[in-house]
Parts: sequence; C-alpha cells; structure tokens
Amino acid sequence: MMLRKVAIVGAGLTLFRRRLKETPQEMAWEAARKALDEAGLELKDIDCVITSAALDAYDGVHMRGEHIAHSGGVRKTVSRVYAGGATGGMATISAWYHVASGLCDKVLVIGEEKMSHALPHPQSVFRYIWDPITEKPLNPNLIWIFAMEMYRYMKTYNVSKEEIALVSVKNKRNALNNPYAQAAANITVDDVLNSEVLVWPVNRLDVSPVSDGAGAIVVVNGDVARQFTDTPVWIVGVGWNMDNPQWSNRELAYARYVEESAMMAYKMAKIERPDKEIDVIEPHDPFDYKELHHIEGLKIAKRGEAPKLLKEGVFDLDGDIPSSPSGGLMGCGNPIGASGLLKVISIYWQLKGIAGRMQVKKPVYTGLAQNWGDLMQMSAVVIMRR
Amino acid sequence: MVTPIKKSEEAVTIRYKLEAYYSFSAGIAYTKFLNGLKEGKIIGRKCYRCGRVYVPPRMYCDDCFRPTDEWVEVRDEGVIETASASYISWTRDRLEEPEVIAVIRLGGREKDWIFPGLFHRICGKVDVDRLIGKKVKAVWREKREGSINDIECFKVVEG
Repeated sequence: MMLRKVAIVGAGLTLFRRRLKETPQEMAWEAARKALDEAGLELKDIDCVITSAALDAYDGVHMRGEHIAHSGGVRKTVSRVYAGGATGGMATISAWYHVASGLCDKVLVIGEEKMSHALPHPQSVFRYIWDPITEKPLNPNLIWIFAMEMYRYMKTYNVSKEEIALVSVKNKRNALNNPYAQAAANITVDDVLNSEVLVWPVNRLDVSPVSDGAGAIVVVNGDVARQFTDTPVWIVGVGWNMDNPQWSNRELAYARYVEESAMMAYKMAKIERPDKEIDVIEPHDPFDYKELHHIEGLKIAKRGEAPKLLKEGVFDLDGDIPSSPSGGLMGCGNPIGASGLLKVISIYWQLKGIAGRMQVKKPVYTGLAQNWGDLMQMSAVVIMRR
Repeated sequence: MVTPIKKSEEAVTIRYKLEAYYSFSAGIAYTKFLNGLKEGKIIGRKCYRCGRVYVPPRMYCDDCFRPTDEWVEVRDEGVIETASASYISWTRDRLEEPEVIAVIRLGGREKDWIFPGLFHRICGKVDVDRLIGKKVKAVWREKREGSINDIECFKVVEG
C-alpha cells in the first residue's frame, strides 16, 4: 500500500495548572490557535479535526468530543479519539492515518482535559471506570491498581523505591526548563520517600498531579509540508496495541503491549536497534515507575535494567538518550486528553530545535513519544525524525 | 493566555450533581459466578481447546475465540500475585487504617502470563511488602447475597 509522507508543522500548549479559570473550549481554543500560528495556517486551511478528550465524567458532559470540537471543528471532518491516558498519542496516530491514507491534507489535533471541575476530588471520578459487578463493590481508588503493578515490577526485577524515585527527581528537575509545567521542582530522593504514602508503594511524589491543560498539533501531507516550514518533523513510525483489559488476570511486571506497539512502529521506521538509533524519548510517566516500565517495554533497556541506566545518567538531559526532557507528566501535570500531546509536542520541538531551555545537549535526529492508557493495557508509540 | 486560579470560587461557577441509577444485568457468566459466591463457591469456566480456566468466568475464550465449554469450581485458596495498601479513600480522604488489597492467582501454572484470579481485600494487619507469593484462603461471610463482597477478604494462611 502506498502511504503518503506525513509531517508535524505546528504545536501549541496552554499552561498546565491545578485549576484554570477557562472552560474546556476556551483552553482548547488557545492551544489550537497557538498550533495554527506556529504552522502559519488559518482554520480555513484545515480540512480535518481530531479531538483528544479522555473521561466524559471530568467535564460532566457526555459526548465531550463534540463539546470541545467547537474550538476548531465546526463544518470540518471531525472525529474524537479516546483511549484513556493514551488518548493524545492515539489522536496523533489518527491524524497520521487521516493524512497518510490520502483522505485529508491538513489535520488539526485538539486535546484537552479539565480535571478540576470534579468534586470532592478529581480522583472520585475514577470510581466509574471499574467493572460494576466484580470490582466496583470493593470501592477501589485508581491508584490501587498502579500501586499493585509497581510492587509487582519491583519484586520481579528487584528494583527499590529509591531507584524509582530518581525518575521523579529527574522529571521535576527537567520541568524547571518548561514554561508550561505545573510541578517543576528541585527535589531529592528523600523528599519522594518522605512524602505522604497514598497507596503503598506509591507516595505522593511518585505520582503526577491532577491538572487542567490543553495541547494541539497541526499534521500535514508531506508533499505540502515545506510550504509552511523549512523544518517539518516527519512521523516515520506509529504503533499501538492493547493487552488483556482483565488486569487482575495477567502478569503486570512487564508491559508486553508496549513492546508490541513499539515493534510495530520500529518496523515502519526501519529501526532495528532502538537503544542505538533513537536520540530522545518521552515515555508516558503518570507515575515515576511507569517511565522505567515503559523504557523496558520499548526495548531501550533490557527487562529490569532501566533503573541501572537511569542511575548511570543515560536518561539525563545531557545523557545518551534523554528521557522526558519536557519534565513529562511527573513535572508538568497530567491533564489526560492533553498530556499525550505534551509528549508528542516535546519530541517535535526537540527535533525542530525550538525547545528553548528544554533543548537537550546533543544533536537529535530521531525521537519517540509513547503513551499508556485505558485502564492499564493500551500503548501508543509515535516515532518522529527531522 | 489561560488564567490559573486557586479556588473555584475565584470564577463564576455553576454546581450540579449528576444523578444516574443503573440496574446491571449480570449476564450469563457473572450470574452463575454470583450465584456460586452465594453458595460459598468460586465458579470459573473452562475452554476445552486450550485448557484455560477463566475466573471470573467468561462465555467465550479470548484466545480461541470460541465458546467456553464447562463450569468448574476452583478452590477458594490461591497465591498473592501482587498487593498494595491504600491510605486513602476513593474521595482521597485519609484512612485511619490502610486497606490492603491484592490480586490473587487461583490456579494455573506459575509461569502463565494469563491466569484465573480475583482482585480482593486481604484480612487483618499484614506486612504488605512481604505479601507476594503468600498463600491465602477466602474468608466467607455468614450471610451471603450473591456479591463479590460475599467473600469478606482473603486471609494469609502460610508464612
């Protein structure tokens, strides 16, 4: 099958904050306007729009896709993507196939999540994601299952809480360079270990904060990309995969669905040695252990060895494979429908060389953004090249 | 530029509560499962083609994509696959005593990626960081009504 080349030519983010005054549409509009401005395009130039919106319950409005599609989608070919935390990555992949297939020429992806609406705490909305018969009667909170995955990962590969906390330290430090970040800080491993225990082994500083924020990108047909920029960033590989959603019936220590999504993207991008051929990465990090878990699933480290590479500085801003140079979700916050786009946008800006103070030290040619979501079984990978 | 605020009171706000009540049909597999719990039994479903046992039961096999074949009762004893201890409620309020929960593997071979299992509470005070691999047994409530809560919790039975 002949696929058209696809490029990203513009991106925009709002501030990520615990509570923003704006409505979801107003936040989404700001991100969309910024992305169009960076691309040098107007809304009339856009033929298709993808909305990236996660839980309907956050806005308290069903059909949230349409609700935010107002900010750019009127009289366009609009579709909504929802894959939990992987929503932004899947929305980017959706834009890719809208263009690669020849169906659309210029696609605007708009992502948003406004978590602060929900009372008494945004966490309570997650009460309605469980199986109503086998799980809901036990009154689970969302962190439970991730805490259990973290413990299984720690036990299987003999990884300590101290080693995992280093991700939090790194990402919050990286976020100091990110003007959009909500949770930037200079902290130590002890700060993480001494922070409030939420659900053992997850402490407060092991988890990204809830957040309001929006992001947008412009994705175009490669044949016309150079009309808008001298430096398009090409989407050269995409992959996605879902494991068994019955999370209480499967091994949690290793994310085989992340591996399968990565292998699909590597094949398309003709990458054989991801640890040698990828210069900068943004693995999904709503929890600090997830960054390590995903780096292993992406086959950038062997199983159980990501903590060792982290300690050696491989994933630092000046390391061999800088990881989460934006500060990731640990440093920026996690407005779900937008946070996947943050990951994609970070790599796009890095490859374009316009990441400002976030720009990593070494020259970068190939980058990878990965998202993780649904309950805990979905992975989306986007590989970009300049 | 968006406007960060500290409290919702700093914006004009409209408050409302969503109200929705549901009456879920438990379906074919879960009806049998819930009726089994009422009798103090954990009921699974077996696929003859691949030999996999599903707990909770399913009417079709994920892998073979054909109907599963037989109801099976599994023992109410298993091994802890993983666990955690929650110090917060679902509304993120602080709990006095942590609630310990676990994934319990109810059979299958040790190396199986997919296994019959349940997500449930662990009884009493335990060292959560030593739970993986421990044997546990279901503690049943006296009065059972056909709910996952007919099992009060799983109790550690071996050091």
